[in-house]
Amino acid sequence: MFSYCTDPEALSGLRWLSCYLTTAKHAGFYWSFLTVLTLLAITAPTALAFGFAGASAARSAFAPFRWIGKGYIAVVRGVPDIAFFMFFVIALDQAFEWVRHQWKCPDWDAPIRQGNDFVVCAAAKLPLGTADQWIHEVYGFFTAALTFAIVFGAFSANVLFGAMRAVPKGQLETAAAYGMTTRQTFWRVLVPQMWVYALPGLSNLWMVLIKATPLLFLLGVEDIVYWARELGGTKTARFTDYPHGDWRLWYFLALLVFYLAFTKVSEVVLERLMKRLTHGQATLGGSS
Amino acid sequence: MSCAQTIMDYGLRSLGYGERLLPRTDFTLCHQFTLIGSGMIWNIYFGVLALIAGFFLANAIALAKSAQSPWLHRPANWFILIFRGSPLFIQFFLAYLIFLRVKQTIPALDWLTAAWAGALVVLFLNTAAYSAEIFYGALRSVPKGDVEAADAYGLTGWKRFRRIVWPTMLRLAWPAYTNEAIFLFHATTLVFFSGFPTTGQRGDALYYAQYFADKTFNPFVPYPIVALYFILLTLAVIGIFGLVNTYLNRHLPGETKKLRYRPQIIR
Repeated sequence: MFSYCTDPEALSGLRWLSCYLTTAKHAGFYWSFLTVLTLLAITAPTALAFGFAGASAARSAFAPFRWIGKGYIAVVRGVPDIAFFMFFVIALDQAFEWVRHQWKCPDWDAPIRQGNDFVVCAAAKLPLGTADQWIHEVYGFFTAALTFAIVFGAFSANVLFGAMRAVPKGQLETAAAYGMTTRQTFWRVLVPQMWVYALPGLSNLWMVLIKATPLLFLLGVEDIVYWARELGGTKTARFTDYPHGDWRLWYFLALLVFYLAFTKVSEVVLERLMKRLTHGQATLGGSS
Repeated sequence: MSCAQTIMDYGLRSLGYGERLLPRTDFTLCHQFTLIGSGMIWNIYFGVLALIAGFFLANAIALAKSAQSPWLHRPANWFILIFRGSPLFIQFFLAYLIFLRVKQTIPALDWLTAAWAGALVVLFLNTAAYSAEIFYGALRSVPKGDVEAADAYGLTGWKRFRRIVWPTMLRLAWPAYTNEAIFLFHATTLVFFSGFPTTGQRGDALYYAQYFADKTFNPFVPYPIVALYFILLTLAVIGIFGLVNTYLNRHLPGETKKLRYRPQIIR
């Protein structure tokens, strides 16, 4: 990147390091931080939406909805989340391909599961066999993000379900007394008030979500863990201009510091948000 | 091959006994149940040992954190911050790399790079940090009246702690600690997917589940089996912790409520 980087072997000390840290491969490493942030930016609202749907279903008056909502919360909570991550990435992929298969190749008569293989017609493959590499990567990222959203949706459904129950009954009864319908009560009285009760749980969840992001690596996305392993491994002079020993330790230390800083910043921001939201509320937090 | 034979062959496969080769074709349900169940041995091993050892360290750290002296509470704060503020996955990787360096300088410590010891150390420290935070919170909510009553009876120092403060702290912390235990067992599934290598395909439940999912390309059988095993394990943990909970609350009439499975998110 810098003009003096043309001959790395002649460099030493800080100059060498500055050249080393700005190679094209390191740019990939830095971009992968953006991958993590993008994942958070997509997953957090989607998971919240899933959670909202799950929580509303769980308190629905219609029994099958209630079972679905409660089942969704209970199953995802009782099982290790990483088992779900590994399951959903394949299961979603197969589900998408199956749906497309039914739609695009209706006259295909061979069974889809042949022994140990999962065979769909070429037109139903996701992404198409002819697609570019970047489409494969985006698709992989998309399934990973959806998986995160499903798992964390169940967590947030749990939080929001609790928050909906925490809204004082009197509020809802008053709304009913004023002649509001169930739907009006839900949207105008319950939902605006529940957020204060949900915030501690949701901020906890945000912390958990941040700490779950390295699992992207297991889902086959080229994230920061992937790059840290890739760049940190021993490099000999034959393959790179910047030979070095096993530096994975330092790369992972950098990741550790990144995550510590990220959680610390989130903690401070969420505390401020909580203070603002509880301002004037008739709770212990609000009176101070 | 009958199912009993499969269990004989693969029941202790995760520990390296029995058949050497994993099944490669004709996967039956029995294969999957046996091998994944055999992998659960590791999950239970990691969970139980880390929990027991972590309990003691957590008590010490919680006390250090609530101590007056900055020489005690500063390190405790840092310890808790580092282990609670960073992903367990990164901790596993980092610990493995550190252990590799240790091995280079002190060859006698090479067992640390094996999963059975190295991952156990990480899980132990990790659960100690999470539990310490729980215990610290409980320690601060011990009723003032209890301590004042102890003072009035002339109990001081260690005796006051041992007889009054500590039992109350444990009683208050127990529901949250139950959650931590459940999450610790869930966290054990990460071990064989982070830096630590598997030797001779001896892995935990999720490792074998992934093996089957890769071979059969059908995730709908092995992962639900893992889920089933973990739900059973979770129920067992709740049962055992529930017994301790009734024991801790035995002096309180009407307080011996059953410990309900109400998972809070702590990790």
